[in-house]
Amino acid sequence: MTSAAPTTESVRPTSGLGNRARKARKALSNPWASTLAVVIAVIWTVPTVGLLVTSFRPELDIRTSGWWTVFGSALQGEGVFSLQNYETALFGSSTNMIDFFVNSFVVTLPAVFIPITIALLAAYGFAWIDFKGRDVLFIAVFALQIVPIQITLVPLLSAYVSLGINGTFWTIWLSHSIFALPLAIFLLHNFMKEVPRSLVEAARVDGAGHVKIFFTVMMPLLTPAIAAFGIFQFLWVWNDLLVALVMGDLRTFPLTVRIAELAGSRGGDWHVLSAGAFISMVVPVIVFLALQRYFVRGMLAGAVKG
Amino acid sequence: MATVTFDKATRVYPGTERPAVDQLDLHIEDGEFLVLVGPSGCGKSTSLRMLAGLEDVNGGAILIGDRDVTDVQPKDRDIAMVFQNYALYPHMSVADNMGFALKIAGTPKAEIRQRVEEAAKILDLTEYLDRKPKALSGGQRQRVAMGRAIVRQPQVFLMDEPLSNLDAKLRVQTRTQIASLQRRLGVTTVYVTHDQTEALTMGDRIAVLSAGVLQQVGTPREMYDKPANVFVAGFIGSPAMNIGTFDVTDGKAQVGGASITLDRAVADGITPADGGRVTLGFRPESLDVVSSGSEGAFEVDVTLVEELGSDAFVYGTLKNGGDLHAGDSNQVIVRIDPRNVPDKGDTISVTIKPEQTHAFSAATGERLG
Repeated sequence: MTSAAPTTESVRPTSGLGNRARKARKALSNPWASTLAVVIAVIWTVPTVGLLVTSFRPELDIRTSGWWTVFGSALQGEGVFSLQNYETALFGSSTNMIDFFVNSFVVTLPAVFIPITIALLAAYGFAWIDFKGRDVLFIAVFALQIVPIQITLVPLLSAYVSLGINGTFWTIWLSHSIFALPLAIFLLHNFMKEVPRSLVEAARVDGAGHVKIFFTVMMPLLTPAIAAFGIFQFLWVWNDLLVALVMGDLRTFPLTVRIAELAGSRGGDWHVLSAGAFISMVVPVIVFLALQRYFVRGMLAGAVKG
Repeated sequence: MATVTFDKATRVYPGTERPAVDQLDLHIEDGEFLVLVGPSGCGKSTSLRMLAGLEDVNGGAILIGDRDVTDVQPKDRDIAMVFQNYALYPHMSVADNMGFALKIAGTPKAEIRQRVEEAAKILDLTEYLDRKPKALSGGQRQRVAMGRAIVRQPQVFLMDEPLSNLDAKLRVQTRTQIASLQRRLGVTTVYVTHDQTEALTMGDRIAVLSAGVLQQVGTPREMYDKPANVFVAGFIGSPAMNIGTFDVTDGKAQVGGASITLDRAVADGITPADGGRVTLGFRPESLDVVSSGSEGAFEVDVTLVEELGSDAFVYGTLKNGGDLHAGDSNQVIVRIDPRNVPDKGDTISVTIKPEQTHAFSAATGERLG
């Protein structure tokens, strides 16, 4: 994100700015801090790298030696890598992974879109429409975050059963939406509040009603916030095992349930698990890389002076 | 084009006792440029926002033309507003910013383009139409905000201190541009500013507000020559008017060492509530430097001389006591011949030019005579 700052500054360069930027760079960059950051990054990444390496090793190797030994063997020209695990994970077993993969998408996409849509509308209401009891209601919504989702599982499930929607995707979509809404509303509300009041007033004078203001003024300015929350919610739902397991059944189980099963009831199938984990990881990585370009700072630059 | 009428319009903010705007009565003619001016917190912006529909009206009514718009939404009032901070839509190009209102109104694309281009030509923005606001300078942004209002061809322009974010030189330049543009378009305009120079130079008429109450409405000349009360007298004019309260004996006010004969009308206007005192005001240019001992002359100790080339101003204190001061300072200001300036520490004698004294009631501050 460092690249965003120079572009806005370059519009009207002033003599003091370059100097300040230099000072800031000097104050912020420090060889010790950099070393520490690198060390932390390495420690952080090691388990993932280990898993990645493992997923490409033959089953027997995995059982007999650690993943780090692979580098020595590879240097000696031995064939230490194979795609066998991925084949087993994707196509090998009785129920193949593709179905679960599709389920994961069917679960995740609505579970991201529903809360974002509702939260955007609610946040706009809380931020820009005056109504009685607004502050109390907002605090109440925000306070809902203190309720642990584990507590709500049983009441929710019995409610679904009495509604007759148990065993469908609706239970999972609704549950994820319910759990996501308090934070989503709070986050988006804060972003909306940062939009200068005069901008909304200008739109009102220009003839826009709330709907027009929402779609033509607010939404474009909120793109970074929506992208940020979208990624957050996507990762959360994609990686969720608890809700999927409790609320769903065999037809709705996503990838995570399958991967948990891959480990085997006796915990013996590590080689397939590692491959499965990476298959499931690919999607969030793609989503993140695709959406991160919307993390643009300074969306409001130029709107108001000072 | 339309007239604008405030009919005892009142705004009380929730949780406050004193109205922010108290029974404002104001009629603005068709095509007139009216400036609302006053110190900060006087209710001038609130008045404008009431007219825009951005602020509730708690009492009275507001009319545009013959239509009562008191409870009408901003979008249905056919007004355009220029905000102090411009409030440009940051994600839209200059052209889209200017055409936004027309687009919402469902104007055909070709016509929007044509009207935007016309406005851009007037404002010298043609080459910037495709840029985003963040790639514009402060002055250009200000012009885009103006353009957004012009394109609408509304019945009334509302401007809320549109120049206060520009640097001094650009402000003077833009001031004349806006004034001449308004004359050319002939659209009724209500303009809010805290700067009395802007008010005097731009307005057909000026309305001075203080603490939510309208003090006086009139042409710049009227405001300058015949301020209705002490507040207007002190607010309008730069440098500010010298104002002080003095004892009156036998129809003469005792200013420093001098006795100044008051007009009959003024002397008769003094009531017992004034306690035998009168508030006098005279502008820096109403004072003549004379040789000491002249009749009706009082003495001023010079503390500072400000030379502006065409003019020079002496800042000083009244000798022999008496509370006489200009504006917020505690000094007397005298305009003098720039080719003949006294030194710091000198004492000069000055007299007030005939007929150039403003007299106000010491008790109420209202104009006498």
